[in-house]
Amino acid sequence: MRKKDKEKEPDRQDPGDAVLLILVLVLTAFGLAMLYSTSAYNGRVRFQDSGYYFKKQLFATTLGFVVMYLVSQIDYRMIVQLAPGLYVISMLLSIAVLLFGQEINGSKRWLSLGPLSFQPSEFAKVAVILFLAWQIDRTERNTSGLWFMCRTMLTLLPIVGLVGTNNLSTAIIILGIGVILIFMSNPKYLQFIGLGVTGVCFAAVFLAAESYRLERIAIWRNPEKYEKGFQTIQGLYAIGSGGLFGTGFGSSLQKLGFVPEAQNDMIFSIICEELGLVGAGILMLLFLLLLWRLAVIAMAGRDLMGALIGAGIMGHLAIQVILNIAVVTNTIPNTGITLPFVSYGGTSVMFLLGEMGLAWNVSRHRKRTAA
Amino acid sequence: MKKNKTFHKKKILVVFLGCTVMILGLLGRLVYLMGFRSDYYYEKAKDLHERERDIKAARGEILDINGKVLASNKTVCTISVIHNQVKEAEKVIQVLTKELEMDESTVRKRVEKVSSIERIKTNVDKETGDKIRSYNLSGVKVDEDFKRYYPYGSLASKVLGFTGADNQGIVGLEVKYDSILAGTPGKILTTTDARGVELDEIGESREEPIPGENLRISIDADIQEYVQQAALKVMEEKQAERVSILLMNPQNGEILAMANVPEFDLNAPFTLNTDTDTTGMSDKEKQDLLNQMWRNPCLNDTYEPGSTFKIITMSAGLEEGVVTVNDSFFCPGYKIVEDRRIHCAKRAGHGAQSFVVGAENSCNPVFIEVGLRLGVDKYYEYFKKFGLMKLTNIDLPGEAGTIMHQKDNMGEVELATVSFGQSFQITPIQLATTVSSLINGGNRVTPHLGVAVESADGEEVRKLEYPVETGILSAQTSETVRYILEKVVSEGSGKNAQVEGFTVGGKTATSQTLPRSANRYISSFLGFAPAENPQVLGLCIIHNPQGVYYGGTIAAPVIQNIFQNILPYLGIAQTGKTLALP
Repeated sequence: MRKKDKEKEPDRQDPGDAVLLILVLVLTAFGLAMLYSTSAYNGRVRFQDSGYYFKKQLFATTLGFVVMYLVSQIDYRMIVQLAPGLYVISMLLSIAVLLFGQEINGSKRWLSLGPLSFQPSEFAKVAVILFLAWQIDRTERNTSGLWFMCRTMLTLLPIVGLVGTNNLSTAIIILGIGVILIFMSNPKYLQFIGLGVTGVCFAAVFLAAESYRLERIAIWRNPEKYEKGFQTIQGLYAIGSGGLFGTGFGSSLQKLGFVPEAQNDMIFSIICEELGLVGAGILMLLFLLLLWRLAVIAMAGRDLMGALIGAGIMGHLAIQVILNIAVVTNTIPNTGITLPFVSYGGTSVMFLLGEMGLAWNVSRHRKRTAA
Repeated sequence: MKKNKTFHKKKILVVFLGCTVMILGLLGRLVYLMGFRSDYYYEKAKDLHERERDIKAARGEILDINGKVLASNKTVCTISVIHNQVKEAEKVIQVLTKELEMDESTVRKRVEKVSSIERIKTNVDKETGDKIRSYNLSGVKVDEDFKRYYPYGSLASKVLGFTGADNQGIVGLEVKYDSILAGTPGKILTTTDARGVELDEIGESREEPIPGENLRISIDADIQEYVQQAALKVMEEKQAERVSILLMNPQNGEILAMANVPEFDLNAPFTLNTDTDTTGMSDKEKQDLLNQMWRNPCLNDTYEPGSTFKIITMSAGLEEGVVTVNDSFFCPGYKIVEDRRIHCAKRAGHGAQSFVVGAENSCNPVFIEVGLRLGVDKYYEYFKKFGLMKLTNIDLPGEAGTIMHQKDNMGEVELATVSFGQSFQITPIQLATTVSSLINGGNRVTPHLGVAVESADGEEVRKLEYPVETGILSAQTSETVRYILEKVVSEGSGKNAQVEGFTVGGKTATSQTLPRSANRYISSFLGFAPAENPQVLGLCIIHNPQGVYYGGTIAAPVIQNIFQNILPYLGIAQTGKTLALP
């Protein structure tokens, strides 16, 4: 690190972005409430405890807030120094999952640690954001060359491959984060259009290569005609049942076993049913506000590293929100992506709060504009 | 450490704006799904959540002209089980087996079947249903229900008809007026979760059934009963195959009685009314026998009317002016038409006679002569004008049409036979309706049973109206026809139909059924009273009587007996004098 580039520390401690904190608190509270409403039936039926899912999520959220606070207290530049290590650990954990993973709902995604289980792919997302920030910041030459793009993407391939073996959706998210950060670090636009076209062609070949992927497309076009479209169609029933103001908090009927695993990926459809277009719209606006705060934090970052972290977190959140809602509304073919802060998943909420802590951290070291 | 340059910030903004556009797009998609498509998905979801049980609507009653109930309802129960609500399966099986007196294995099979709702038994007595309900078994549903019940058993069975297991009309008035009688079934809707468990907090919603409306018909149960007995009596006496008696008001077409013996028991419509041995019969053969039993021969079957049809020839001839009352005719016992010698019923011949006497004698050559004077074209014209080519449109299902020669194929021989009622077929109701119209002053009425639609509590909802075609015959010709027909009864072949104190008009008929070699006859008599202003018209048709088969001898007394009893009952004043020529 070259000392001369180091920014002068602010005179007094910046409290950071307060709006970000409020939004995170509101979303977390909203998410917990909806999770309880949605999961109570499944908890009662399977575990004779309507609070089963809620309690586990509450525990993870509490832990998440501790992590968030801790992360925000250490200068992010110190944390980024650990990025290569974290990246290697995430790869090791992904390998561990492949070898000793616990299978839930037909997917091997969890590592069991006594009563707790841990999803390494969630950790991988954070590790990738930090690793890319570290890598791009370190690159001596300019970052506009094609070689740079390819090289950076190549460093992601091991983790994408490892995660992608049993969790395609997360692999796509990781790739998405990579593309966004490379796009950000490169002043040009044109080559990204070329990249986009290449990506689309690649996707088409990828889809055509396996007939079951084409089947997904067919189900997407006509979910009512396929047995595998069941989840999608039940989600649509829930969304449509909501109307303008919804059936009221707690009164969803579709969560009563009709939408399978309603507390997971499809939770947004239950939100639509209970809170209506208004409630769902407000939630989407909350997410948009959060993305805006993250964008502002990234733009106000005192150095490129902070900006990259902010943008990476924003990209991560945006991809998940957009893909999740797009899947639930059957705008794109079905793929399993959770809704940040709302869907059930302890690892996910913990690392999300950790990322928020990082963003807060960046905001606390932001460049002072007019005093 | 690199700097956060302006292009970096611009790129962050680009990414953010891209995300904003996508999120707004998804919001638009959500507006589409929750705004425009909401009803569609809501309905689909509702179908998914709701279990529906129908509540039958009480079927409207059928009442006779005086309000006596001819068709009514009895409360019965339907017992069903809802599989995933049954808690004590063994107890349920044991109770249902005992109370419903069913096979244990049958009950067990239905109780243990995994289905949303399984029907165990229908048409269970209300008493038994109440008893099962008192066990309070979870998962067992006792739904009350209505079953059609006919208090008079076989009275007017072929007219009233009956209903099927789902209370829907199958034959007779029950099917013709089904839309009025049926009502609208109600529903019990319960909301369930995906496993089919009812959600108590939502409860069940009921859509109350709308009971059907009552139908008031023109039949008088007392008259019908009397007529039916008279028909049964003559059928037994003459060992006839079957007997139909039709009584109607010739002024407006209302049917007072329509008996077709043998009738069948409306409360057991699938039991044959004969002693036919059905063992070894195929289901189709059994069904054919049932269908035959349910037929109403007054309108579902055609026959050769024979001499009663001379009333039509007479009316046409008089109206056209080719014959007058006093025209003289000579009957040598036959008439030669083209190359055929057509015999009179009296082989020896009636000799010289006026037209009126010819009618009294029911002389074939006289009516052949009248027919020939009219010619094919004119005769056909009147045949049509009198309404014989169309249906009477009686409010009963399955009316048969007239089977008549094509006009182009009709020569003099065919014309001659048609003139005295042979070589074509019509239904009894067609004959009765046409004669009614000819003697009532020339108004073609629509025969009918339905008089009014009433609400369940007896309020009249609306009167049923039927079309009348006026002027099919002049009033004067109509009066002449009545005069001649009165003479037929007072002085001629119909004298067995004379009723003390009343003027009666009428015409006998005896026809041989095809093939002629079988020696099977149809004896009939058509009569009306009072002759000057007919209030009742009766038609008695005896199929295949044994022994004496002349209509005047065996059918006329039946009408005479009926008139004798019902004319005073209907409050028709005695006049007693014979008619004068108009």
